[in-house]
Amino acid sequence: MGTLITLIVSGLAEGALIFLMASGLSIILGMMGVINFAHGTLFLWGGYAYMFSYYTIRARVILSVFPDAFQTGTQGGLLEVTGVQLQTGQVLPFTQELFIFVVSILIAVAVVFIMGIIFEKLFINRVYGNAPAQILITLGLQVVFTDLVRVIWGPNMIPMSRPPFLDGVSSFAGGRIAHYNVFLIIVGATVAIIIHRIITKTRIGMVIRAGLQSPENVEALGINIRKYFTVIFASGAALAGLGGALYMPLVGNVVSSAGMNNQILAFIVVVIGGLGNFMGSFLGSIFLGLMGVIVAVFLPAISVVANVLVMAIVLVFKPEGLFGKAVNK
Amino acid sequence: MKSLLKTENLVSYIGPYTILQGVDIEVGHGEAVVILGRNGAGKTTFLRTVMGLVHTRSGILELDGQNLAGMPTYAIQKLGIGYVPENYGTFDLLTVEENLRLAMWKEDAETMERRDYVLDLFPDLKVAYKKYSKTLSGGQRQMLSIARPLVNNNKILLIDEPSKGLAPVIIERVALALREIKKHTTVLLVEQNFALACAVGERFYIINEGKTVENGVMEDLIKDKNLQAKYLGI
Repeated sequence: MGTLITLIVSGLAEGALIFLMASGLSIILGMMGVINFAHGTLFLWGGYAYMFSYYTIRARVILSVFPDAFQTGTQGGLLEVTGVQLQTGQVLPFTQELFIFVVSILIAVAVVFIMGIIFEKLFINRVYGNAPAQILITLGLQVVFTDLVRVIWGPNMIPMSRPPFLDGVSSFAGGRIAHYNVFLIIVGATVAIIIHRIITKTRIGMVIRAGLQSPENVEALGINIRKYFTVIFASGAALAGLGGALYMPLVGNVVSSAGMNNQILAFIVVVIGGLGNFMGSFLGSIFLGLMGVIVAVFLPAISVVANVLVMAIVLVFKPEGLFGKAVNK
Repeated sequence: MKSLLKTENLVSYIGPYTILQGVDIEVGHGEAVVILGRNGAGKTTFLRTVMGLVHTRSGILELDGQNLAGMPTYAIQKLGIGYVPENYGTFDLLTVEENLRLAMWKEDAETMERRDYVLDLFPDLKVAYKKYSKTLSGGQRQMLSIARPLVNNNKILLIDEPSKGLAPVIIERVALALREIKKHTTVLLVEQNFALACAVGERFYIINEGKTVENGVMEDLIKDKNLQAKYLGI
């Protein structure tokens, strides 16, 4: 029972992260028809932007609070603040840790949102309706921007610890529950509720739902849908960036291969959840998250292929996805 | 008569194919004009060309003297062209209310008055106001599709084959509604159903193989069985 609870919580946490990536990807693909292979690099940039902001801001704060703290090393060209020696018994107060964490997350999301605008305006904009060109151009962006990460921060893995106030573990009904996992579940659920409200209650939500069926007919109602495309692409990017920022502390490091690995999961969710189907993305992400941890424990031999296997089975027997496409075009 | 919508020798293309190869149509303020022709003659493409959904290669395409060629679709619509696309074009994941609200240029008192007018015109929509449009019947979707542009103060309404796929009794209701609408709005109707075309149109154009081949007043076409047989297969 204890193991089961531990597994469910960490599976849901994984699912929450996958959801942050997959929800944007699904709407971008469903509405704009854009096969975005650069989504992983946006996730990755979220992670690196978070890491850079976190370490930089933390160094400043520590040096301002403890002027006699000293630097012990550098990592990837950055000040390795985890190595800063504080006098025994001195830690940063909770409010400062919270400030550093929240501001770093916001910076990461903002950076990737701006990247999303630039990607859409400069590249994606030119290849609407042209799937082969989309694949080539987004794959190109993926390669270039992933390499750029290596150029800026180096090819090596950079350690990334969780903020101290989320780093604990509690026992619950015999299971061990990491606080960070609970935090991820709360963030995932909150984001899901916000997106759901936006889609069902706002004008941009109406445009998204209508655009999933026919962007052309939306435009014929006098709506400049290209403007919405930019905002939606950038918002999807920002969600991926948020996912990246939250992912790195979960796994304890930042590494340039993380983007591609997580992008594959997001594409699998889009396939099993149904194109443009928000609820499908949500349930598909939870399913994949739970399956990932359960397979890793009970059938570790197939953990690498399990996700792809599920996708293949869904494609063969229910090509429109387990939860159906959002709308028939 | 000052023309509202005017095309001269209009040529348009989709990819490598030239579809319209010289269409001359003129619609005056307050008129109800019908475009007839066989399947594949280019009628739908003509309306799509006016809306900027199909690219113009050459010729004149003007609304109130303003050139429309090369303008984006949303900007053309904003000039005052309401468009009822083929196969309804209603949005399944939106309610009837949302379909209408999405179409509104603004949500002011005047627009709400027009909305009330279209809901009176199509009482079915009032009943199904909060329902998703995917739950509507074909006839109700067509009514919603026609109602949608009417919430704005359009100069002209382009309607693409509203009888398509509908039962005769529903077509009669659509015809009645269009006769009411044409009292207030200029209408350009593309239609294969001759009875509906006659019920609404005052003048007609016939398009064949991407060109306008005939035009005149509707009464003359009704009498001219040869013309009907030649271009409409009636």
